[in-house]
Amino acid sequence: MEKFLQLTLTGLTNGAIFSLVALGFVLIYKASDVINFAQGDFLLVGAYITFAFVGQMGLPWTVGVFLTMVLAVLLGLLVERFVLRPLIGEPIISVIMVTIGLSSMLRAFVSSIWGTTGQPFPPFIPNFNVNIGTAVIPADRIIAIILAAILLIIFTLFFRYSREGIAMRATADDQQAALSMGISVKKIFALAWSIAAVTAALAGVLVANIIGVSGVVAGIGLRVFPVVILGGLDSIPGAILGGIVIGLLEAYTGGYLGSGLSQVVPFIVLILILMVKPYGLFGEVRIERV
Amino acid sequence: MLALNNVEVIYNDVILVLKGMSLEVPKGKIVALLGSNGAGKSTTLKAISGLLKPEDGEVTDGEIIFEGEKIHHLDAADIVRRGIFQVMEGRRVFEHLDVEQNLIAGSYTRKDRRNIRQDMEQVYTYFPRLRERRRQTAGYLSGGEQQMLAIGRALMARPKLMMLDEPSLGLAPLLVQEIFEIIQRINKEQGTTILLVEQNARLALEVADYAYIMENGRIVLEGEPATLKENADVREFYLGLNEVGKRKSYRDVKHYKRRKRWLS
Repeated sequence: MEKFLQLTLTGLTNGAIFSLVALGFVLIYKASDVINFAQGDFLLVGAYITFAFVGQMGLPWTVGVFLTMVLAVLLGLLVERFVLRPLIGEPIISVIMVTIGLSSMLRAFVSSIWGTTGQPFPPFIPNFNVNIGTAVIPADRIIAIILAAILLIIFTLFFRYSREGIAMRATADDQQAALSMGISVKKIFALAWSIAAVTAALAGVLVANIIGVSGVVAGIGLRVFPVVILGGLDSIPGAILGGIVIGLLEAYTGGYLGSGLSQVVPFIVLILILMVKPYGLFGEVRIERV
Repeated sequence: MLALNNVEVIYNDVILVLKGMSLEVPKGKIVALLGSNGAGKSTTLKAISGLLKPEDGEVTDGEIIFEGEKIHHLDAADIVRRGIFQVMEGRRVFEHLDVEQNLIAGSYTRKDRRNIRQDMEQVYTYFPRLRERRRQTAGYLSGGEQQMLAIGRALMARPKLMMLDEPSLGLAPLLVQEIFEIIQRINKEQGTTILLVEQNARLALEVADYAYIMENGRIVLEGEPATLKENADVREFYLGLNEVGKRKSYRDVKHYKRRKRWLS
């Protein structure tokens, strides 16, 4: 029972981080219909930039994280301006291929500056543990949960009620029609990519805080695929729920069946979901009128 | 209000679609643009509203003037802000948004956000059926309701010039009648100038104050609807009537014995 409780808590906190990364995916997909294969590398860049500010330059972590967020916005804007804007109106598949290229570029950029060997992350989240019954959760994981919860609420409200949020969904639905409403597709894309880059950078910092900075951080991007497929590529509640389900699943299989299997199970779920419910649990179904 | 002078549009750098297209839309009127498939009607509208760029089209010659200013080099968003709104062919509602969110998307360029609620009410008085469906996902509306939503969405932008691209497409005759009545009401009550592209020549000639007929990327004929209706070519090729005024019969095998006079 004690083991179960501990695994559940670990799963939930891992899930919160997954959800955070998945949010970035969903945001970009919702606005532009693009699956961003470079999402994991945004995490990597975010983690390394914070590492540079806090670990190498010795800035206080508040300043470091803040500067990282600013740079993440800048990265999002740059990507939109130089990678995506020339591709407006081109087939989605070309844009998706470009994000794969972007992923390699970012990874190369990081390893050319900081090298390829992993390094410990400067611990900046106050190091205390919270005991729930007999189980123990470290503070950084609690922060991950809180952050994910806050972002979930903000994004849900944003997409349902704000003009920019509605414009973003409209753009995802039909770019040309959105253009005919006077919605600036460029502005919408820039907004989506900056927000996604910021959430990714934050998630990157949280991940690096747990496992240290190294190329492995980018791997989270891949591990989040089952999450977004399960929840639905365009659903924010789906991203959160998917993150938690996959997090728990990984923790339970890791705890009871062996850690090797825990990496595989999410992908088995992915395949099953694609067979049974291809739009995911909460995804928008393609509307066909007869 | 709006004038096109010798506009030339080229797609993909090679395909010449508009070949010296000129037309004029006076303020407060309904102007119809007729023509068969591929004549360049939709291209004309897209050239005006700045929507050519995503399709690799470009205005390469001539000028488009709106209220005294050249607009053919502006962004689509700027053009909407100046008061031109295109209701695209095939309705193009945002399927996953509900009716109200679609209307909000239409009001995107508005600065006076306080009046948006009020304008929404106005759209609902024009189209009471949209009020009933206001929380429904737009993709599940019927074709007629979607067309109403597309026009309502345009109203939300309070345009000076509304361009409608085949509002009758794929709708039952009764609905078409209803929608055309509302278009006329909008023109009268809001003072909105309307440029109407249609395949349904009979209907368009009924509501329009002036009409242009387009073929092969240029205007071949223009005039008051009453005059056009008397034109022998228009009667035969657009209204499907023969010289005596009877419906043309398919027994007339030699369908094309009459040559269009404007094709030199």
